[in-house]
Amino acid sequence: MITLNHYLIVSGMLFALGLAGVIARRNIIIIYMCLEMMLSAANLTLVAFSRFRVSEGLPDYAAQSLVFFTITVAAAEVAVGLAIIVALYRAKQSVETESVTKLQG
Amino acid sequence: MPSLLFYLFAAITLGFGVLVVSARNPVTSALSLAMSFVGLAALFLGLDAYFIGTIQILVYAGAVMVLFLFIIMLLDIKAEEGKSPNLPAVAGGVILAVIMALQITTVCSSFDKGGVKIKDAPLNLQQAGESAKLATIANDLKAGVLPDAKLMGLTLFQKYGFHLQAVGLLLLVGTVGVVVLSRREKGVKDA
Repeated sequence: MITLNHYLIVSGMLFALGLAGVIARRNIIIIYMCLEMMLSAANLTLVAFSRFRVSEGLPDYAAQSLVFFTITVAAAEVAVGLAIIVALYRAKQSVETESVTKLQG
Repeated sequence: MPSLLFYLFAAITLGFGVLVVSARNPVTSALSLAMSFVGLAALFLGLDAYFIGTIQILVYAGAVMVLFLFIIMLLDIKAEEGKSPNLPAVAGGVILAVIMALQITTVCSSFDKGGVKIKDAPLNLQQAGESAKLATIANDLKAGVLPDAKLMGLTLFQKYGFHLQAVGLLLLVGTVGVVVLSRREKGVKDA
């Protein structure tokens, strides 16, 4: 039988995967995808807590509203981030992290 | 949701997640991420969050992934062929991820409320229908249907109206920001 912990562990593993990707990969677009994965992992936690905190016979819709806002903000963030990546590509002809080292002192 | 389906969709989500991180070709990564999001949406449906599951597919697997693929194809990014992975970074990433997964597992195993089974937290639609104020929601609940989108709308517009407006403003600012960022400056030539 599925418990709350099952969902939390899946979500934690998804988050850890995203974290590994952000640290290990050098392609900025893939780093961005991994960030999206981490945001979704947080969403899974919120929805799981919402379902398991039943009040008056219904799931907790405050948590699901928060997920709604997270998804909206993530969509806006992706649009702006990809525009920055395009601008970066115009300046450097590359989307690798190694090509952006100007602030590295 | 039957346990089998949970394990199936969790495996889809995590398996394609691994592919996102490990694939050499960015297009493979993007398509795997779309599949991973579909698996996640299925997990949301299993948690009775039908509206969230739907917008997860619409917004993430639809809009966001199309944007990613569009940029990958526009910039014509090739697979990292011939380049060896940055080994210290890969080792660091894997070690950090393993530490984090272990930590989460440990915390969850000592979290006694985490052992609640999903059938021990049942939704009581009849009881909710008695106390629902709106007739359309009350009718749905008494008929044994969870009017998920209606309840979400009620919460969003009744309790979080201001926040909804703020998010709308954020989207507007995002749109303007994207236009400003991707506009070519006069006199600057594309190389």
